[in-house]
Amino acid sequence: MNDQTQQLEAITQKEYKAGFYTDIESESLPPGLSEDVVRQISMIKGEPEFMLEWRLKAYRHWLTMDTPEWAHVHYPEIDYQSVSYYSAPKKKTDGPKSLDEVDPELLRTYEKLGVPLDERARLAGVAVDAVFDSVSVSNTFKDKLAEQGILFMPISEAIHEHPELVKKYLGSVIPYKDNYYAALNSAVFTDGSFVYIPKGVRCPMELSTYFRINAANTGQFERTLIIADDDSYVSYLEGCTAPMRDENQLHAAVVELVALDRAEIKYSTVQNWYPGDENGKGGIYNFVTKRAACRGESSKVSWTQVETGSAITWKYPSVVLQGDNSVGEFYSVAVTNNMQQADTGTKMIHLGKNTSSTIISKGISAGRSSNAYRGLVRIGPNAENARNYTECDSLLMGDKCAAHTFPYIEVKNPTAQVEHEASTSKISEDQLFYCKQRGLDVEDSVSMIVNGFCKQVIRELPMEFAVEAQNLLGLSLEGSVG
Amino acid sequence: MKMLEIKNLHASIEGKEILRGINLTVNEGEVHAIMGPNGAGKSTLSNVLTGREGYEITQGEVIYKGENLLELEPEERARRGVFLAFQYPVEIPGVSNIYLLKAALNAIRKHQGLDELDAIDFLTLVRSKMQLVKMDEQFLHRSVNEGFSGGEKKRNEILQMALLEPQLAIMDETDSGLDIDALKTVSEGVNALRSPERSFVMITHYQRLLDYIVPDFVHVLSEGRIVKSGDKELAKELEKSGYSWVHDSPEAEAEGQPA
Repeated sequence: MNDQTQQLEAITQKEYKAGFYTDIESESLPPGLSEDVVRQISMIKGEPEFMLEWRLKAYRHWLTMDTPEWAHVHYPEIDYQSVSYYSAPKKKTDGPKSLDEVDPELLRTYEKLGVPLDERARLAGVAVDAVFDSVSVSNTFKDKLAEQGILFMPISEAIHEHPELVKKYLGSVIPYKDNYYAALNSAVFTDGSFVYIPKGVRCPMELSTYFRINAANTGQFERTLIIADDDSYVSYLEGCTAPMRDENQLHAAVVELVALDRAEIKYSTVQNWYPGDENGKGGIYNFVTKRAACRGESSKVSWTQVETGSAITWKYPSVVLQGDNSVGEFYSVAVTNNMQQADTGTKMIHLGKNTSSTIISKGISAGRSSNAYRGLVRIGPNAENARNYTECDSLLMGDKCAAHTFPYIEVKNPTAQVEHEASTSKISEDQLFYCKQRGLDVEDSVSMIVNGFCKQVIRELPMEFAVEAQNLLGLSLEGSVG
Repeated sequence: MKMLEIKNLHASIEGKEILRGINLTVNEGEVHAIMGPNGAGKSTLSNVLTGREGYEITQGEVIYKGENLLELEPEERARRGVFLAFQYPVEIPGVSNIYLLKAALNAIRKHQGLDELDAIDFLTLVRSKMQLVKMDEQFLHRSVNEGFSGGEKKRNEILQMALLEPQLAIMDETDSGLDIDALKTVSEGVNALRSPERSFVMITHYQRLLDYIVPDFVHVLSEGRIVKSGDKELAKELEKSGYSWVHDSPEAEAEGQPA
């Protein structure tokens, strides 16, 4: 190992910055999963009958399924009976009516994370629906958004207030039978976000939700549903950090997006959950199902993600291009360091005519990590003149990490144009030396080179996220260079 | 005053000795040309002076402004004013030229205890320097050296030099791959940077560069040693007779010895 490698490894051993733990009393269900637990969750949430029915169907179906094993990740078997499926910050009376009533400890946590919950939020133009563990404790800008008919609320609230929308769209993109984790999520999800943008409305601000896993051994099963009605537009930001923990924590979220005629949804994620220590101890298991339906003609959905955290990431934000002339985009940076594993990518399912999709995936592997891109481009028989462009680039840092690319292409219409480009490179000694000779230290040099590598993706992020993402890359990307 | 003093420098790469006792003193404001045939150790010398990895210093020392240069990291040398104009400038995809320039300048300013330049002051400064090498502003927004022609890459190196204002500029085969117009532009840029406080070490295979940047001293490097030193006339002799006569010359051995 040369000097440069050692220096880089020293940088890599930095402690996880968001690693702190908030001491709030939690109200949790005892560990274990059964029909009773599903009924209890539904009861605690005071849900209407149709939700309970749906949850139970999902639970019964889940019992018949096996854990998926096709992904390029390895981990010990999860004991679903040792997980607690509900945890809420203890309510003082009937829940906080304003920020003054919110647990000060909780507010301090947000402050440390830089979450703009109070007046700063208005200045920053960000509406925050903050999910702390499983219950939403604060919801800003609701009134302002409501003026335009925009609904932005915890999904538990939407189930009560807008059951017709929930009934119509929940599970319509990702049915509970879709996969193992989606079934589990459908049975036991406790909260998440709900967004509805009415016809012709352009959402005036970026909608933002901060998720944070906190209580020990509580799996998080977030459920997000975003509906953009005809001619509407919304940009939604999801950012995550989690406190340092020893046990592995399961996170199996489901995100469904529906874009109707000429609607556009932009969904951006910066994911920085605790990745585990340098020996692979601890860290979040992030098994997420995200899918969008471009249901209307000329609709557009764009997924942008910067994934730097989690011990294991299993995630394929996808777009089903049903409407003619609809557009799907996927921009991704996935970083793995130390013992992290990621198997991520997208599916672009072309059904409508003149549909087009773009996939830009940047995988960066450092330490002893493993990083896989897995993508499917399917052109259906009726998708005349469908087009896809895919670019998958991998950057290796050091000689103990791995990068894999698994592209699947299925074309059933001869008019399709499908392009795929892939590259694998290493940060070269020459690049590093060049930067150092100009006065930059190793850390800044690596950060700059890596940010350059990811530029196509970073520039798709909303401004405030782009800055955060660049900092994150700087923090977590540095690995050994061989 | 002495800027750089190289004393009996021996360096090897993978166990093979390339530099075999270099002695050279460069005073403030002087321009030294180091010439020599391929394989003489010219690039090794510039790499060792700037701290590239992979070389083992087996003997000797290098004093730069009173400090032991060889003990410093490459970026520490750069911040103290040692600049290398690369023979093969490196491409960094996705990183704009202006970003690298600004990061580099601010790293050096920070070392000097100065405030970082804000975007507007920086842009004003960089624009004035670009005129020196006749570079279009669009170069600022292109990725570092990516898709640049040979001439553009070399001009970019000189732009960086002009902006970073080094005290010791080492130019490694800056003339290679340049047509005559580009060579003129680059040379004019370098000449404009000559000053009583700034020293240059120009490494070159051909005499032609020295028609445009006239050196105070010319040294001939052969088999890891400086075998002959003189003024600019020496370069002309070399041009006429080639390098072979250097080896035959009886004084070669004597001049190669430590002073």
